[in-house]
Amino acid sequence: MTEKNVAPSIEGWFTTGDTPHLIGTQCKTCQTYFFPKQDLFCKNPACRSTEFDEVELSRTGKIWSYTEHYYRPPEPYISGDDFEPYTIAAVELDKEKMVILGQVANGVAHADLTTGLAMEIVVETLYEEEDTERTVWKWKPVTD
Amino acid sequence: MAKEVAILGVGMHPWGKWGKNFVEYGIKACNDALDDAGLEWNDIEVVAGAETVRNGYAGYVAGATFAEALGWSGARVSTSYAACASGAQAINNARAMILADMADVILVVGADTTPKGFLAPNAGERWADPDWLRFRLMGCTNPTYFALYARRRMDLYGATEEDFAAVKVKNAKHGMANPYARYHKEFTLEQVLESPMVADPLRLFEICATSDGAAAVVICSMEYARKHNVDPVKIRAVSTITPTYPQTTIDMPYFSTDSAAAVEEPALSFKDSIAQAAYEEAGLGPEDMSLAEVYDLSSALELDWYENIGLCPKGDAEKLLRDGATQIGGRIPVNPSGGLASFGEAVPAQALAQVCELTWQLRGQAGDRQVEGATAGITANVGLFGHGSSVICSV
Ligand SMILES: [Zn+2]
Repeated sequence: MTEKNVAPSIEGWFTTGDTPHLIGTQCKTCQTYFFPKQDLFCKNPACRSTEFDEVELSRTGKIWSYTEHYYRPPEPYISGDDFEPYTIAAVELDKEKMVILGQVANGVAHADLTTGLAMEIVVETLYEEEDTERTVWKWKPVTD
Repeated sequence: MAKEVAILGVGMHPWGKWGKNFVEYGIKACNDALDDAGLEWNDIEVVAGAETVRNGYAGYVAGATFAEALGWSGARVSTSYAACASGAQAINNARAMILADMADVILVVGADTTPKGFLAPNAGERWADPDWLRFRLMGCTNPTYFALYARRRMDLYGATEEDFAAVKVKNAKHGMANPYARYHKEFTLEQVLESPMVADPLRLFEICATSDGAAAVVICSMEYARKHNVDPVKIRAVSTITPTYPQTTIDMPYFSTDSAAAVEEPALSFKDSIAQAAYEEAGLGPEDMSLAEVYDLSSALELDWYENIGLCPKGDAEKLLRDGATQIGGRIPVNPSGGLASFGEAVPAQALAQVCELTWQLRGQAGDRQVEGATAGITANVGLFGHGSSVICSV
């Protein structure tokens, strides 16, 4: 049996490796952060900048809220025959002061979460194609 | 008070799953509103349609679709799309024409036929559309967002699953007395709490369905109303504002909030500011309201609205509910119509249906769901992509 390729489900939204990051942008003029990347115009109403730096956002934040889903969502979500409930967390990044959604890492129980809990970014499989595993960012409780 | 316009007539087609063309529902609502106003279609100077994206080209050009169906009369036409706030925006555009002396009497209408199940995004591969991507990358449905708000209430304010179920029980009871509601079934707390979990902590009976339905409102200048010897219900304010940057509450269909790192977050949240703008325009406050119709997309969301429209301070919504203040007979009944819990959502018609309910309540025509002595009321809703609305009416 050959190993499947591993590739992100969407290009340019996150880095991989041991300490993955979400990739955002920062306005060169007003320093505001954006995720997903904003590179055409600044959304700060007091700023007309069109220049941005691509930045790795902080890897950690605190739970703003969370929920577990018991039903298979409609397409374009891709779910196999063996649908399992999955958890989504909204996590507020400390430095960027923005809340970002993501599924919660495999094996983390909904009951283990609470508002304010420290979380970090991991990259895990979202769905599998015939010869490729497609990955996505997920939130996982910080273990020290 | 120069900004007042009058509500001369209202009409609705019952909500349900009727399997018919949306135009048919809309015409029924229009004719009822015209009858209620004592007018004929030919008296109408402008038809303002609330658009629906779900019924092909006819839905996108809703104003003209209804004008043609009622019979081309040479009336001017206007069409509005603002997601769930489409109906309120159609009213606001109609109101602006009246206040600008461009027209005296306008028919506003919205109608929809909706698919079964979760609202899903449009088909095709759309990698630049957050509404498509949130499903693809996270399985993030509309109930996801409702559930996030609900859980946060539990963790911050001590809301319980029983509180959320109690909202459903209250609204279902209110809806029993509304002939236009889709559901006429009372629930016990136990029945709601035994319904399947959809998005924890929200259960099936606490998340609003999608429905077919239609609502229409005839509005006119105060002078026109006087000529018709009517002492009408008045529209005192229509708020259709957008959020203020940075929008720091996670909202459909986005992946993230704005960042508050460089620009401080505004004093009022988006939903707070929608109602605040309406109160300011009306020159009225929460204490002047006799009732409220709010967008209970989930039962828990109704509790957020109590605070957003100023009925109580942040964190006190559960107390207001538990005290019975928001049921008919209480201090400030919320969703006496039965709300989305009893209707399900018919997107372009829903904000208009809220105004129909205010009108019946303020005229004392709401039958067994009447809020005694109602003199003023507020509606509130929000939808995708920074849309929201609030309408204030008074006698
Ligand atoms: Zn900027």
